Amino acid sequence: MNNAESFTSQTFHYLMQNKLAVIGGILVLLVFVLSIFAPRFAPYDPSKIDIKNILVGPSWSHLLGTDDLGRDVLSRMLWGGRISLEVGFVAVGIATIIGLILGSIAGFYGGWIDSTVMRAVDIMLSIPTIFLVLAVIAILEPSIINIMVVIGLTSWMEPARLIRAEFISLKEREFVVAARAIGAADSRIIMKHVLPNGLAPILVSATMGIGGAILIESALSFLGLGVQPPTPSWGSLLSSGKDNIEIAWWLSAFPGLAILITVLGYNLLGEGIRDALDPRQRE
Amino acid sequence: MIPILLGITVLSFGVMRLAPGGPAEAQMDFSAKASAEARERLRKLYGADQPFYKQYATWLGKFMTLDFGEAFADGRKVKDKILERLPITLTINLLSLGLVLLIAIPIGIMSATRQYSLLDRFSTMFVFIGFSTPSFWLALLLIYLFGVQWGVLPISGIHSLDISGLTFWGRLSDEANHLILPVFVSAFGGLAGFSRYVRNNMLEVMRQDYIRTARAKGLSEGVVIYKHALRNALMPVITILGLALPGLIGGSAIMEQVFGIPGMGQLMFQAVLSRDYNLAMGILVPAAFLTMLGNFLADIGYAFTDPRVRLR
Repeated sequence: MNNAESFTSQTFHYLMQNKLAVIGGILVLLVFVLSIFAPRFAPYDPSKIDIKNILVGPSWSHLLGTDDLGRDVLSRMLWGGRISLEVGFVAVGIATIIGLILGSIAGFYGGWIDSTVMRAVDIMLSIPTIFLVLAVIAILEPSIINIMVVIGLTSWMEPARLIRAEFISLKEREFVVAARAIGAADSRIIMKHVLPNGLAPILVSATMGIGGAILIESALSFLGLGVQPPTPSWGSLLSSGKDNIEIAWWLSAFPGLAILITVLGYNLLGEGIRDALDPRQRE
Repeated sequence: MIPILLGITVLSFGVMRLAPGGPAEAQMDFSAKASAEARERLRKLYGADQPFYKQYATWLGKFMTLDFGEAFADGRKVKDKILERLPITLTINLLSLGLVLLIAIPIGIMSATRQYSLLDRFSTMFVFIGFSTPSFWLALLLIYLFGVQWGVLPISGIHSLDISGLTFWGRLSDEANHLILPVFVSAFGGLAGFSRYVRNNMLEVMRQDYIRTARAKGLSEGVVIYKHALRNALMPVITILGLALPGLIGGSAIMEQVFGIPGMGQLMFQAVLSRDYNLAMGILVPAAFLTMLGNFLADIGYAFTDPRVRLR
């Protein structure tokens, strides 16, 4: 019996039965498609300035209104979605890779390597993330790449902890002992035998991490330290919304709603995957 | 614990100091006339001409005696600057924490005792929305609705400009009005997480044998839930407060920026951006220590409430 495949399809089966997870998946897919095809869906050029239509409220010609330079808010949000998703995916990718490497090594070798890595995790968890991010951004100057790297470098602790716990519970199992008995190298045991079997919790943390990274990016851009104008991201759109809050509510309301919907989608999907992977939930 | 303490100071010190452009540069960049000589003098004054490990040793030595030094911006003692900002941030955070506990515990209990009921479904949905809402966006919406549209609440600062002309009660209600929105927004995110946590703990406890025993010996449902289950479910909840600290500090920085509140978060934000080392370190390192202590107390708390942990 092909166990791996049946487990995957079982998990998918349970995931599809979870209504909230399906809603989450639909939201994620929707935002993804809208962002990918932004050039096709956007009714206007996102950076086209139109002096005659400054700060016009939502109407048929501009569904979500225009900003202080007359640019179409809907078009800017669609293009901004690309930036926000890009930051989310790359930052989580960086964090997951760092976490996988450090967590695997710590869990596999144990001893002083393990305690060194875990102390590093404790230190990183004690310092408020926002401080590290602010300090590094102040050094490196805000740019999309720097933001991805900084968010990645400050959020690897959870994946590291998760993968370490998986390694500790897996490394004494028969198939690993057997691999060692026939003389497999450490690197082969880690990569081929333990890691593939311990990836499930990482999937959950990465899914929810994308939502978290999008929130951090938007907060940074909102404070003026993230994606810089005129490049649209949901956070930088909100930042200009703040400046016009007294006259143009639509500049604040819609980009924030986009963040909420996207992050909600990833959180629901992540929680759904967690439940589907948890054997205790299956009865 | 000591290595972690040292690690915290080294990392924060490193991030602050190793960056190109110290306070001397930050001050001088604005005046093109400053000579290289003056620049050098200023660097010497701040100790920036010393190698990194020496700077760190000097700073650590002072820090051990609780001497946080002076802020570069105005030369005032870092300790004074912090003490004058602390009460505002503490007030907001404590009030919002109280609000969170007051609302989250009953919600958590009700969703646990009536699992999968309409209320449980509703609160589950609220939890996910709470987790996913950017707090500064919520703040903006509330500022628009209450401040601009309906004009019933002030939208920034901690009191009105003409506060000195008011009576005691007038002043109190003025300050309370200024606190409503910041406290509510601070509480919003925590509310979601906390009610979820109470619910899950309650569900966990309700499955235990001693709850079945309590029911079996004929105790009323109220006694079972509030006396037997709730106490055991709330114990681990207390430990989570320590873990929430860095989030609160980060949240305060953004919150105070949106509402224009002169608190610790705003102070830290300015200190980091202007590379005011002494000030930034004076806020950050104690905050990190508190967080670490919170984690440590959480561990002790677990061992205290759960004898199985002690065996490890």
